[in-house]
Amino acid sequence: MFPRPIEQTSRASQVMYKVALPVALFIWLFPLLGVALTSVRPSSDLASGNYFGMPSSFAWHNYVEVFQNSPIGRYILNSFKVTIPTVIGTLALSCMTGFALGIYRFKANIYVFFLFVAGNFVPFQILMVPVRDLTYSVGLYNTTTGLALFHIAFQTGFCTLFMRNFIASLPRELIEAARVEGIAEWRIFWYIVLPLMRPAIAALSVLVFTFIWNDFFWATVLTTSASTQPVTAGLSSLNGQWVAAWHLVSAGSIIAALPPVAMFFLMQKHFIAGLTLGAVK
Amino acid sequence: MTMLNTETRKSSWWRTNQQTLTPWLFLAPGLVMFAIYVVWPIYESFRISFYDWDGLGEKVWLGWANYQELFSDRAFKTSLYNNVIWLVLYMLAVPAGLAIAIFLNQTVRGIRIYKSLFFFPFVISQVVVGLMFAWFYAPNFGLFYKLTELITGKGIAILANPNLATYGIIAAGLWPQIAYCMILYLTGLNNVAPDQIEAARLDGAKGLKMLWYVILPQLRPATFIAVVVTVIGALRSFDLVSIMTNGGPFGSTRVLSYYMYEQALSEYGYRMGYGAAIAVVLFGIMMIFISGFIWKMVRDERGMR
Repeated sequence: MFPRPIEQTSRASQVMYKVALPVALFIWLFPLLGVALTSVRPSSDLASGNYFGMPSSFAWHNYVEVFQNSPIGRYILNSFKVTIPTVIGTLALSCMTGFALGIYRFKANIYVFFLFVAGNFVPFQILMVPVRDLTYSVGLYNTTTGLALFHIAFQTGFCTLFMRNFIASLPRELIEAARVEGIAEWRIFWYIVLPLMRPAIAALSVLVFTFIWNDFFWATVLTTSASTQPVTAGLSSLNGQWVAAWHLVSAGSIIAALPPVAMFFLMQKHFIAGLTLGAVK
Repeated sequence: MTMLNTETRKSSWWRTNQQTLTPWLFLAPGLVMFAIYVVWPIYESFRISFYDWDGLGEKVWLGWANYQELFSDRAFKTSLYNNVIWLVLYMLAVPAGLAIAIFLNQTVRGIRIYKSLFFFPFVISQVVVGLMFAWFYAPNFGLFYKLTELITGKGIAILANPNLATYGIIAAGLWPQIAYCMILYLTGLNNVAPDQIEAARLDGAKGLKMLWYVILPQLRPATFIAVVVTVIGALRSFDLVSIMTNGGPFGSTRVLSYYMYEQALSEYGYRMGYGAAIAVVLFGIMMIFISGFIWKMVRDERGMR
């Protein structure tokens, strides 16, 4: 193990390490703590200049106020309406592409694979004008469906990379044996490969959920009104309206951050497995 | 064979070709979506960059005029220059992530919670990160302002200062990026071969020497991914600029991704052609990196088979 386990060092450095941990964490998460405290700060505190001390009382009603005075409930609903179909659509497509690229050996295989990988890296701006135009011309501009369709297509690139590597690592004998038995290829996919892909599906669901929930660029490009905007774009416009109402902006931020944070803590193992794919050989 | 009826002939044709056709049938839906939303738009953006177009009316052919305009456009130069600063400073996320990963790679009680809390910033939307830092930097009462006031006697409103604002935004961007690199390295450190470390320890290696000669070579896959995601993150920097400064003050924090959006879609007018030309330049820069990454991946792929 590197570095040397702290248990093997002197008593003094063990104590130092145990003190350093919470201190480092406090500094690291300071911006977050500040915002969390501000979100329960009564507006009178802000008026009297108490920006960073403890709040004089806990104003939980800031949260109520955010829901009452802004369409944030609607924004959150829109975010779900974009995120959930995207997760389902992307996984359906990438299970299939990953299966095709991970199991079959054909000439174009590696080219198709690298097309997906390379497409995943392109800057969004090179897609922006045509995608917006396309979405507009099929009547899906400013709809959650239009936004979800684009996300499905784009995320398929990343997910194909993941799925293909996962499937390629499955034991090939399993598939060979099924073929000898004369089982149809689509049955091999459905009954043999798909059940084995559960960990990959779990990891990608959390990752895609977080990526799409947090997307801001496409939300601003493809949606414009409060009835369709996801919470990231909504928060940005609320920030413009609530100048200096930091307690409300903070409460809104916390609300917007909650779903992916909850997802992360519930599915931590899968999340990290997905994110660190390829970080080890 | 001629005796067989069409039904069985069809199925035997399917049987012989099943192996070649099945992968394409499985690829079809994904490939079609990808072609419509990713491949075709890239081609289309290249084409639009040669036109003057407001997004609705007739396209007017301009030839290279949009690109020529870029050369004399000061805002474009500022954006390009800022992109370089972003790329260079963003790279700090890689060693910083490694440092935190080494710091946290212990087995004391509760360390798992520490690890996840350190990873926290990456899970939060960049919009929220931007708002947090804007508040942290806020003039007159922001903690950063107060701190600089305490140290230098005069508070610095970093986001209002054209010479410093970009650095303020990059610092905000580094926060989640360091967390990302940290988690990559934590996973990497977990898989470093223990016998090699023990062997090196017996040979008297420790500290930085151990890190450089024994650990880092084994962390190479993690480093590769950390560099890839950091380069992409630096070139995609749009959210933070948009949330924290809107490209200001006086356009000093624009980056190519933001400037492109501003030209093509903002209230200043819909210059789709010019925006597309900026996007093509950004794409070109990204392609330099992408081809490098892909080249390395192809090499590894060949090595594996």
